[in-house]
Amino acid sequence: MDPSQPLSQLPGHSSRGRLERILRRGDFAVTAELNPPDTADPHEVYDRGAVFDGWVDAMNATDGSGANCHMSSVGICALLTRVGYAPVLQISCRDRNRIAIQGDVLGAAAMGVNNVLCLTGDGVQAGDQPGAKPVFDLDCMSLLQTIRTLRDEGQFLSGRKITAPPQLFLGAAINPFAPPHDFRALRLKKKIEAGAQFVQSQYCYDVPMLKKYMDQVTDMGLHENCFILIGVGPLASAHAARWMRSNVPGVHIPDYIIGRLEGSKDQKHEGKQICIDIIREVREIAGVSGIHVMAYRQEELVADIVRESGVIANRKPWRREPNIGDIAVIKAAQKKAEIWAEAQE
Amino acid sequence: MLPQALDQTTTYISTGVHPTCRLGAKYTVRLWSVRNARLLEWVYNTLADALLKLHWLWNYIGYHRVERPVVVIEKWAKSFLFDCRMCGQCALSETGMSCPMNCPKQLRNGPCGGVRANGNCEVEPDMPCVWVQAWQGNQRMQNASKILSVQPPVDQSLKGRSAWLRETAKRAAENSKQSHG
Repeated sequence: MDPSQPLSQLPGHSSRGRLERILRRGDFAVTAELNPPDTADPHEVYDRGAVFDGWVDAMNATDGSGANCHMSSVGICALLTRVGYAPVLQISCRDRNRIAIQGDVLGAAAMGVNNVLCLTGDGVQAGDQPGAKPVFDLDCMSLLQTIRTLRDEGQFLSGRKITAPPQLFLGAAINPFAPPHDFRALRLKKKIEAGAQFVQSQYCYDVPMLKKYMDQVTDMGLHENCFILIGVGPLASAHAARWMRSNVPGVHIPDYIIGRLEGSKDQKHEGKQICIDIIREVREIAGVSGIHVMAYRQEELVADIVRESGVIANRKPWRREPNIGDIAVIKAAQKKAEIWAEAQE
Repeated sequence: MLPQALDQTTTYISTGVHPTCRLGAKYTVRLWSVRNARLLEWVYNTLADALLKLHWLWNYIGYHRVERPVVVIEKWAKSFLFDCRMCGQCALSETGMSCPMNCPKQLRNGPCGGVRANGNCEVEPDMPCVWVQAWQGNQRMQNASKILSVQPPVDQSLKGRSAWLRETAKRAAENSKQSHG
């Protein structure tokens, strides 16, 4: 079977993708963030996808994250679907108005994209081109509603009909770590009302704070209507953690995490270990359906993190059959075989 | 050397905000309005009822003719109280009397994930987040559930028009529909 073709339609599913199937089946899902390349070379995208090959259920293609310019998320997703990967198309409201976004959604769905993540987007001040015009025509909530209208009602915002509506699994982002804390769970409720079927969170380094948030969420029963994936990621060093805390919008890193990094001899290794510990804790929290690993510029660690944390247990996510010449995929497959062999021993 | 207010390399200045105004801003009145959201809610409801009672008059003169003078008054009052941007589709009753158009991302449905730990804006570090304020104001209001309803995207074609008259005309139409239907 051609892996770039959509799966068969299942009752109650809104997309024909792998991620929705895994979540609805009740498996603990793993997604990862693909660092978008600054190139027009498609092979770089394939190579970056190959790093996650066989370890994740879906890959997020970021849309100018941190307001920095990279290859477009639609472009990356289109390339990834060609070889069978399940991408999550991130759409930020910062750069395009409603006309462009609705067109992009149709185009991406036509290219085989099954998952969309609706974001407001970082402000242009955070990126490399602060002189750009911030668009913000829609916000994440109205974006969710817009795409749901495209999908469920088969029409544009104007009411004009779409002949074949896109079949999409709709996602949104949550940040349980930013004020106003008592509004955050209600905001998730609002997002679910607007159409969110799954959410991926901002980096989680403060598990007690997440637990408080998840208590509110489970009290309201929100986890029954929406799959919640918690964002995690390894910190490269205490210096990097401090930089992230003060320069990346919305990232909350408690002092004790930075202290733990500083106190270790190998900070990079310790960062990975912290990430694994957090995953193990997060996994036990009621209402959590998966994790979203964001290992910016440390993508090669994702396989280790997923394996060592044991989140997918013996489940083997979809893996690409390497063609002759796909060096990166072959390397990834070899690495995976080695790791499994080690695990067997 | 450029004065700090004009030096774009040191401070980011979002569009629609004059650099000197931004640095001088203390947001005093805007924050007062949020603190007194309950009072302003009552004032607005009274005003809305009064405008509705005068529907016959607006209809007689013509809504399009009366719009210009009303816009002048509305703009003056709301600019003073809320730093209103005249989007023409006022959501203050849903947003705890904190104008969402002052959010640099113009969010109409709640705070983004970038709010700083001190409750200030991600884009403009010295401005209190419009939505943190909205949440506080909302809790002071009588009708506090409105903030939970999903707002449609902003209709850019209504910019600069009178939200008061639009609301009045809408309510009058609803009333006549009810009495006829």
